[in-house]
Amino acid sequence: MASKELNSTDYIEHHLTNLTYGRCPDGTWSFAEVHGKSQVAGTEASCNISEMGFWAFQVDTLFMSVLLGMGMIFFMRRIAKNASSSKPSRVQNAVEYLVTLVRDQVQDNFTADKNPLMGPLALTIFVWVFLMNLMDLIPIDLVPWIANGFAAPNAEGGAIHYFKVLPVADINAPMGMALGVLILIHYYSIKNKGLGGFLAELTFQPYGKWMAPINVIFEIPGFYAKQLALGLRLYGNLFAGEMIFILIALFFGGFFSSVTGVLAGVAGLALNFIWAVFHILVVILQAFLFMVLTLVYLQQAHEHH
Amino acid sequence: MNFNATLFGQLLAFVFFVWFTMQYVWPYILEALEEREKEISDGLEAASRGKRELDEAHLQKAEILEAAKKEAADLVNQANARANQLVEDAKSSAHEEAERIKVSAQSDLDQAAKRTKEELRSEVAALAVAGAEKILGSEIDKDKNSQIIDQIAQEL
Repeated sequence: MASKELNSTDYIEHHLTNLTYGRCPDGTWSFAEVHGKSQVAGTEASCNISEMGFWAFQVDTLFMSVLLGMGMIFFMRRIAKNASSSKPSRVQNAVEYLVTLVRDQVQDNFTADKNPLMGPLALTIFVWVFLMNLMDLIPIDLVPWIANGFAAPNAEGGAIHYFKVLPVADINAPMGMALGVLILIHYYSIKNKGLGGFLAELTFQPYGKWMAPINVIFEIPGFYAKQLALGLRLYGNLFAGEMIFILIALFFGGFFSSVTGVLAGVAGLALNFIWAVFHILVVILQAFLFMVLTLVYLQQAHEHH
Repeated sequence: MNFNATLFGQLLAFVFFVWFTMQYVWPYILEALEEREKEISDGLEAASRGKRELDEAHLQKAEILEAAKKEAADLVNQANARANQLVEDAKSSAHEEAERIKVSAQSDLDQAAKRTKEELRSEVAALAVAGAEKILGSEIDKDKNSQIIDQIAQEL
């Protein structure tokens, strides 16, 4: 283990790199190049991730989130299709518990006119974000290991050298959802208050219309900060959680090489367990928070001041 | 950490999942839930209504029983009164009959006694005449002395 420091850095960097497919400056589409080789074996990479700029897709993020979302809607659809009021199955009971929880949240937070979008929106957010967050509890090396053909993450031989299993630790996923919420907030604000009313809310408060410039300075950043924070909060919490898992995973590095390595590994196991238990809370809490805050912001978009 | 087109991919997926849930999941589950809630509240209401009806029926039953008892008692009383009446009537009619029989027997008796008296009187008169003939030794002209004889007979 002569180059242990370097290995640790590589390891962390490896776990923070998404599998990216994008358009290079020369106009060709390919997987990204990391450390001089393509992320996917057998493909030609002509540029690295930062050179791709906007036209790049984090394939692992999209794959995992869509996979989990598909699993979610197929499962929910099966329950919904067979939903019976008199003889609910056990799974239906569980889903109904969830739906009741979401419905109560909607009714508590959303006092505006009954909007049929709110329930499904809240349910989707809660379940989907929960499932995506849950990926954090999968041992961090398991999926990259499988993706790389059961070879060590950096080793040659496997097919896909980079694969992040936790979509919410990629800023695009939570911000993509927050962007959806932002669009809804604008849509309902303008729909319910009119464009004038919406703008008046941002300019004529809190000090009346003669202080409009000052009001704008107060209101606009607050209005957008809360919507930005909706996505950043989820990203930050889960990214930090994953970071801790990566750092704990460094303890296992020398497990088979020395006595101290074994001791460190055992300590790492204990830490990993404790952090995972604690993280269950974060996983649920962040999903719940995203849902509730979405409802609260949309409620504000329906309110007249 | 870099923003790129993934953002919009995620947004599209988000929109699709929300749309799907809104279209094919949420209404069905909510319908089952609300239906069950309605069934339960209906059931509870029916139970309380049934209980109320049962209480009412109990009250009604007591009332009917009371009325029936009262009617039965009335009937018995009436029957008793009627029976007494009948006995009373029978008694009085028997009494009357007896009285009537007694009266007619008395009058029969009186008549018989009167007749006997008449017979005895006329016989006594005849005897008296016969006795007087013997005493006088001659015949008394019945036609001549009939006035006397009748007088004697009257005095007897």
